[in-house]
Amino acid sequence: MSVIVFADTRGAKVAKSALETLTYGRKLANKEGTTLTLATFGDAPADRLAALDANKVTVARNIGDADNQQLARFVADVAAKEGAKWVICSHDDTGKAVAPRVAARLKAGEVAGATTLPNEQGHIKRNVFSGKAQAWVELKTPVKVVSLLPNSIPVEAAQGTATVEEFTGDTGTAKVTVKEVRKAGEGIPLPEAEIVVSAGRGMKGPENWGLVEELAKELHAATACSRPVSDMDWRPHHEHVGQTGLAIRPNLYIAIGISGAIQHLAGVNGSKVICVINNDPEAPFFKAADYGIVGDAFQVLPKLIEAAKKLNAEK
Amino acid sequence: MKILVLISHVPDTTARIAFTNDNTAYDANGVQFIVNPYDEWYALVRALELKEAQGGSVTTITVGGAATEPTIRKALAIGADDAVRVDAEPKDGHDVAVQVAAYAKDKGFDLVLAGKETIDHNGSQVGPMVAELLELPFISLAAKLDVAGGKATAERDVRGDVEVVECALPLVVSCAKGMAEQRIPNMRGIMAARTKPLQVVPAVASEALSTSVKFELPPPKQAVKLIPAEEAGKLIELLHTEAKVI
Ligand SMILES: Cc1cc2nc3c(=O)[nH]c(=O)nc-3n(C[C@H](O)[C@H](O)[C@H](O)COP(=O)(O)OP(=O)(O)OC[C@H]3O[C@@H](n4cnc5c(N)ncnc54)[C@H](O)[C@@H]3O)c2cc1C
Ligand SMILES: Nc1ncnc2c1ncn2[C@@H]1O[C@H](COP(=O)(O)O)[C@@H](O)[C@H]1O
Repeated sequence: MSVIVFADTRGAKVAKSALETLTYGRKLANKEGTTLTLATFGDAPADRLAALDANKVTVARNIGDADNQQLARFVADVAAKEGAKWVICSHDDTGKAVAPRVAARLKAGEVAGATTLPNEQGHIKRNVFSGKAQAWVELKTPVKVVSLLPNSIPVEAAQGTATVEEFTGDTGTAKVTVKEVRKAGEGIPLPEAEIVVSAGRGMKGPENWGLVEELAKELHAATACSRPVSDMDWRPHHEHVGQTGLAIRPNLYIAIGISGAIQHLAGVNGSKVICVINNDPEAPFFKAADYGIVGDAFQVLPKLIEAAKKLNAEK
Repeated sequence: MKILVLISHVPDTTARIAFTNDNTAYDANGVQFIVNPYDEWYALVRALELKEAQGGSVTTITVGGAATEPTIRKALAIGADDAVRVDAEPKDGHDVAVQVAAYAKDKGFDLVLAGKETIDHNGSQVGPMVAELLELPFISLAAKLDVAGGKATAERDVRGDVEVVECALPLVVSCAKGMAEQRIPNMRGIMAARTKPLQVVPAVASEALSTSVKFELPPPKQAVKLIPAEEAGKLIELLHTEAKVI
């Protein structure tokens, strides 16, 4: 019996979402009185993997993240070898595709997008109805799969002394292949941003986004927008947040000239702190906000930019 | 090309969220149900565009009771050729995937399209589970999809970048924004939908691997703290010293 964490350790430094899954896995392993095995892939150097908080690391050197079928075979294989009782993935772009495949492969119940560890009854909480409610889920199978919603638990990084071994099992050939990656601009990628500055139709036109971008820059934030704004091509589609766009849960969400329609809120209601700037005191967004300014965005934004500059200078 | 589109039946995006039976079941009383937006605007419409350009057929499949039929007719009105309803209340994401896979297994579909997620269950589970059960490759979160020469090419918005991936048919794809524009069914479509085939098939045996045992509504938000517009800069100060988020 053991706990398996599947995480992406590639890149210049190990992603926060990977560290979150390790923290989650470690807490589960402690509770179950068992060990933690990290299943990972790619080219991270062995010494870096050994320093992660796992008892053992199995690394598949020759598979990438393009083909989730291969990754699922890998994870299921490690889970079988280790006699895993729990398999933990991140509910990120990769984990969302791998975790359900692993669950189906192992005929294991899955909690998709968990926000808590199991409670005394072993039930795990997740968001449902696009963040408008939460559900406690019971898993009825001996092997259990959890994909952890990013930003749900604080990282408790510990120094590890894991043994690292290379995976030699057969995962078949990749059927899905990457042809090209078009890098987004300089900015912070929206799904990973801790702070998001978002604007809606109240900004009147794309020519006015300079103010939004300047505030975002001063706050080290990513930019986002409401659906009509991306539908009218004022902003790129990948900035659209809400029910039919991206769901985000930053620490701070600043909404400028957005009315706060229920479909918009569905994508941002997991944010820790919400600020709303709108010239209509009746705008529904104020009901969902922690801080608000009733005023004209074109008057308010320059004041915010100035204050943010001042704060940066003092910091 | 033979395309199967997974259509789920969900409460309207503006529906009131409430629970009954001591918070163990969704209260659907008086709630309007719709085709899940990702299934409709993106998966179904793109399937129709591919069929219109290259020939073939678009079949929809829904796991649900008779109450889902108006939702299925909506998909037919938008342009699907025929529909299948697996006659069972879905037990969990795995059960839905088992039912879909059992139907699709020997039908020779070239492409199986699902939505990115349902707006009620938000699992993002059914697409990849169907792929696993059918032993097919799976492309998640496709924002663009094209098919040529027996190969699918998709664009995915991941980690802020755009990734272009390729895969030979058959495969399963989950569809996100960008793939197609919404189509409003016209009168002819609505009339035609009444007589299009809607086959009801029995469910295969399958157990629930997970259950939602209890629901909660988020605690009511505290009243908003308003800052006068003239002193807007104060907001930044409060975010730093009080909320501690910047
Ligand atoms: C099925 C479905 C799915 C949807 N999915 C999404 C989704 O994912 N995301 C999404 O965003 N929407 C979605 N929508 C659309 C949603 O219902 C709203 O129409 C949309 O969010 C409104 O965008 P907005 O707030 O930018 O524009 P508006 O509703 O036009 O609001 C503009 C706001 O700006 C304020 N304003 C105007 N001028 C100024 C000024 N000078 N200074 C300050 N404030 C000003 C106004 O008071 C107003 O509140 C969906 C709708 C449906 C039916
Ligand atoms: N009951 C169902 N019947 C048919 N398809 C479904 C059903 N539930 C979910 N799906 C499909 O699977 C996708 C992902 O659903 P979910 O895993 O619930 O987020 C949806 O967008 C649909 O395309």
